[in-house]
Amino acid sequence: MSNEQANNCCGDNAHGQFQKLDQILTEYQDQKGALIPVLQEAQNIYGYLSKEVIDRIGKKMAIPTSQIYGVATFYSQFHLKARGRNIIRVCQGTACHVRDAKTILRALEDNLKISAGETTTDRKFTLETVACIGACGLAPVLMVNDDTHGRLTPEAIPDILARYL
Amino acid sequence: MQYIRAHVLICAGTGCTASGSKKLEAALHEELVKKGLDKEIKIVETGCHGFCEAGPLVIIYPEGTFYVRVKEEDVPELVESHLYKGRVVERLLYKEPVTHESVPNYNELGFYKKQRRMVLGNCGHINPEIIGDYIANGGYEALAKVLTSMSSGAVVNEIKQAGLRGRGGGGFPTGMKWEFTQKATGDKKYVVCNADEGDPGAFMDRSILEGDPHRVIEGMTVCGYAIGADEGYLYVRAEYPLAIKRLTIAIAQAEELGLLGENIFNSGFNFHLKIKEGAGAFVCGEETALLASIEGKRGMPRPRPPFPAISGLWGKPTNINNVETFANIPQIINNGAAWYAAIGTEKSKGTKVFALTGRINHTGLAEVPMGITMREIIFDIGGGIPDGKNFKAVQIGGPSGGCLPKELLDLPVDYDSLVQVGAMMGSGGLVVMDETTCMVDLAKFFLAFTQSESCGKCTPCREGTMRMLEILTRITDGEGKVGDIELLEELARNIKNTALCGLGQTAPNPVLSTLRYFRQEYETHINEKRCPAGVCSALTGYKITDKCIGCGLCKKTCPAEVISGELKGRHTIDQEKCIKCGDCAAKCPLKAIIKG
Repeated sequence: MSNEQANNCCGDNAHGQFQKLDQILTEYQDQKGALIPVLQEAQNIYGYLSKEVIDRIGKKMAIPTSQIYGVATFYSQFHLKARGRNIIRVCQGTACHVRDAKTILRALEDNLKISAGETTTDRKFTLETVACIGACGLAPVLMVNDDTHGRLTPEAIPDILARYL
Repeated sequence: MQYIRAHVLICAGTGCTASGSKKLEAALHEELVKKGLDKEIKIVETGCHGFCEAGPLVIIYPEGTFYVRVKEEDVPELVESHLYKGRVVERLLYKEPVTHESVPNYNELGFYKKQRRMVLGNCGHINPEIIGDYIANGGYEALAKVLTSMSSGAVVNEIKQAGLRGRGGGGFPTGMKWEFTQKATGDKKYVVCNADEGDPGAFMDRSILEGDPHRVIEGMTVCGYAIGADEGYLYVRAEYPLAIKRLTIAIAQAEELGLLGENIFNSGFNFHLKIKEGAGAFVCGEETALLASIEGKRGMPRPRPPFPAISGLWGKPTNINNVETFANIPQIINNGAAWYAAIGTEKSKGTKVFALTGRINHTGLAEVPMGITMREIIFDIGGGIPDGKNFKAVQIGGPSGGCLPKELLDLPVDYDSLVQVGAMMGSGGLVVMDETTCMVDLAKFFLAFTQSESCGKCTPCREGTMRMLEILTRITDGEGKVGDIELLEELARNIKNTALCGLGQTAPNPVLSTLRYFRQEYETHINEKRCPAGVCSALTGYKITDKCIGCGLCKKTCPAEVISGELKGRHTIDQEKCIKCGDCAAKCPLKAIIKG
């Protein structure tokens, strides 16, 4: 997902031309309950859901913009602001919690000089927390894009970050 | 014909992939080619073995030798010694944590010996991306049997007789659910698989989907036939990319062989499956919220009745079961209800997969017959508590469940016994805690989770969990007041009785059960302003003991610059200004800085 994001984020002209988005909208036009997959694919193209993208989807799918905002803000997967090239998701699940996931989050915040939920000024990293990624056997864990890193210690963080620079 | 003399099984589950199993596989392949062994030795990529702790895992057959934490650099030795000369590489074998004896064979491992792996039987032993592997192990026989020789009523009856209960948490009898949907009137019906495994600390559904996806597809198709549905949805968490990938492959392969689609086995029965990717909302594990999400709406639950069996997806009768429930179906059909009902206890039949995590030696997945004791699961299978610490409690059922103290270790694990002691089966997450876990902090952790995941539709859950969390935060910050415990209990009772859906109704459980078994810990936080486990940072400080040699590392590390002392002299921390980050304790080479 993330690579696609990186490659395609500028593939469409943000000022009115929505070729890729329109393609997706055509693909889903006869499907019931297509709003969430459409938003997911739109986010894959643009990296986030801008006002223009949401307006376009609303118009084409004949769904009120307010309803799309309702859905987009309900699910944690959707983002209304631009995000970094690499998405770091630090697991805060139970297994990680009892194995000191807090220190991992703090090490990330210290290294990146941002807090959870923020993006670095160079847009290289966005730091997020996640409730559980289901890799509890390796707790504490984090995901960078689709890669899972486990058995973490605060000391291991700089090395992991360096791999994505 | 090509002759294969050995199979090397490499786990490609999420855990082992994170530990480097892909690189290991590439290195092994290269080495086999180099040594000219690639024609006679076959590498098989498998799903999860459930023993993620020790990954990457490698099993070599026919011997069944079980190697753990195998690294790329171990490959030449492994090939030269085991595959070439037939000598086991002793240093890569698993060593039992208590006896320190190395265990050469897969089946002799303490972790596996007491398990009864039925649902997980194929996981780790077949390639989940090849349908032939599943079929060779008896896959799709149940579907064939059902479609060619059983009426839909007989199928429902078989599941009812087997006594299977929902594995997603509630424990509702599966056969009854199927019967309701079967009897509901409607021209169109749906089967939905709930794979929105959101409980932090549970990952059995993920492993089944990644390791044996066809079992779930077969179970869903049998259900479709039984209730009269021709369409199904798998609602999978977006956080599980590998599960989604393997399911997509599995569905395509099943369609190609005519095991999904039109006129399956020439029976006139049609069944189509689609994957719906979740978008990150815990409440979507609740069935009515899940249906709303498939329909493309905000995933908010609605009052029941009507139950989905009568009015579900797009208002049509819908049967929803969890992944593990569907994965149980094929074996019930193949072996019969009586065989299944003979496993387990009187009211809880079959096996249950538990995810063992936390302060335990063997983290991983364990499938055991219902009715086994918690002690057997934690100490015999889980290998006990690491680092010489003592067992304190186990949290069962995730944020909806409760904790069990050591006095209840001999409790048989089944749906009803757990509810009696204030916990619940939930999805089967077991988080083990030792004396370094603070129970108030744990309750706060779960409540913070349910509070942030509350969808906000009903007031008791939206406001009530928020107020409870505020009280718990106050207590762990050292500002607890007399009367806080009683207030928590009152709020908890009200939320339980009045919330709209399962999320709210069970959200107070972690607080109630920790209060039930560890009330004293709450009292110590409130009255003595002390955290006995040394977890709540506002109630603990760091001390430098006389082990200090005055290296000065802590002084350099301290971000608040509050450590003083001369080189080679004992250092001290200014307790007033200390921000309690713990960095000094982590850096101290002599472990001379302790909490307390």
